[in-house]
Amino acid sequence: MERVILGRMVVAGTASGQLLFADQPLSFWGGYDQKTGEVIDRRHSLSGAIAAGRILAVPASRGSSTTSAVLLEAALAGTAPAAIVTAGPDRFLALASIVAEEMFGKPVPMVSLSADEFASLRGATQVAVLPDGVIRISA
Amino acid sequence: MTVALTEYDRSLLAGDKGPAARMAMSILTRMADVGDARHLMDITAAHIDSALYMGEATLAFAERLAGMGGKVVVPATLNVSGLDEHGWRDWPVPPDYAAKAHRQMVAYQTLGCVPMWTCAPYQTKQRPVFGQQIAWGESNAICFANSVIGARTERYPDLLDICAAIAGRVPAAGLHLDKNRGGQDLIRLSGIPTSLMAEDGFYPVLGHLVGKFAQERIPVIEGLEGTPTEDQLKALCAATACSGAVALVHIVGVTPEAPTLGAAFRGKVPERTLTVTFDDLRAARRELTTVTDASLDMVVLGSPHFSVAEFRALAPLLAGRQRNPKVEFLVTTSRFMAALAKADGLLAPLEAFGGRVSVDACILTMPMLSPTTRTLMTNSAKYAYYSPGLLGTGVAFGSTADCVESAVRGVVVRDESSWNG
Repeated sequence: MERVILGRMVVAGTASGQLLFADQPLSFWGGYDQKTGEVIDRRHSLSGAIAAGRILAVPASRGSSTTSAVLLEAALAGTAPAAIVTAGPDRFLALASIVAEEMFGKPVPMVSLSADEFASLRGATQVAVLPDGVIRISA
Repeated sequence: MTVALTEYDRSLLAGDKGPAARMAMSILTRMADVGDARHLMDITAAHIDSALYMGEATLAFAERLAGMGGKVVVPATLNVSGLDEHGWRDWPVPPDYAAKAHRQMVAYQTLGCVPMWTCAPYQTKQRPVFGQQIAWGESNAICFANSVIGARTERYPDLLDICAAIAGRVPAAGLHLDKNRGGQDLIRLSGIPTSLMAEDGFYPVLGHLVGKFAQERIPVIEGLEGTPTEDQLKALCAATACSGAVALVHIVGVTPEAPTLGAAFRGKVPERTLTVTFDDLRAARRELTTVTDASLDMVVLGSPHFSVAEFRALAPLLAGRQRNPKVEFLVTTSRFMAALAKADGLLAPLEAFGGRVSVDACILTMPMLSPTTRTLMTNSAKYAYYSPGLLGTGVAFGSTADCVESAVRGVVVRDESSWNG
């Protein structure tokens, strides 16, 4: 059942792959292993999942100021999600992607959705982030 | 680009003040767009979390800015680093890690930052004042500065804090603006014993609960009796910024922008209300403990960094006692607080107890624990929250007295009397 959502492109880029969806925010510091791309916040619903190379949908980051540094490290190391979808623009994640672009030419594409559109991703498994903030859900 | 730039902003963007200022302003203006800011504004101080070494990327960023001749244009203090600069050899810190973490510390000092190396900068002479516009990193410090002092800062992530300090400018948005500082969620305390509210252990638990409910919103706590100490408010702020992303919490009758409930909400009505009962608090307290067995390897206090007042309260608990030889006992603090505590004779009881002090960093930022350390005990909600994920340890949360008693006995013990009833 293919459908398309139009979001706001926060950091430009395209990606496609398996979707990891959670309705809980995720602090990357203490919550994301930059060496492996595993979600390591043991209180989080995605705990144990590998987000590297996948499309990560979390409503926002949370808490620590170091979240941006962790995502920047992951972007350089190749362990970042292929793209990140949030409910409303997340400044901490966007910053990491912008710096990854300015420093290393490796931005993490980032799309912001409304809360309702974000919630509608629940249950989807395969998505593509297309130019101009278009998200295509293929399964 | 929708953000309106001043002549000064454009000159930085054009590279007139050098390539570091150009890169800083480029990142700031892109972030202004992300946050829908219409213009930038001046700040008069910054607190920089970015000096914490996280790997090749953060080091490359620091050395790029420093190598391009970047300099901060406002007083900028440095948060905890990845290394206890002079004491790391006392711990099993890998030397190659230490070398890189130290390079990152040097780069930020080259940029002109003040090497305070503490996550409690509000307890130093660099403490901001009410209404001051600042750009602070470090989640607990952001919450304390906004809430307890009434200074004004957005939540600045690593990498952006230093850009703000180099440019002296930030997007005019969020908590910098008066209109965004009103409360959103009402947290009403109901049936909590007043005696419990006087105890240190109450504040991290309440903070954990409030952060989890409020997430990134602005909570207003009503019903707090008595006058919490600064260290109690420090513990509360730190906890709200772990389980949530709270950057400003109003406490009616306690914090400067909340003399009354109406003032805290800026005359608006609460969007959501949560009534907190004693049972809710007990449940929140349980969430801060992950271990079920009682074995214990290490007690660690001091997140945020221990203050002199906390050293002073700890000393009598330690007097005449000795830790169990199998339990490490550590207090993490800043070099300034350690020096003040030493001058006041407050480190001698800790040393006699068999405890140690580390400065500049903490267990979450410096790889200092031995691999055999499996279970920690702490009085800090921040240590309790992050240790399982960052360090892979189990954690038990208790009061300072519980932590000392457990260190002596070698097993986790907790006095439940304040939490029963």
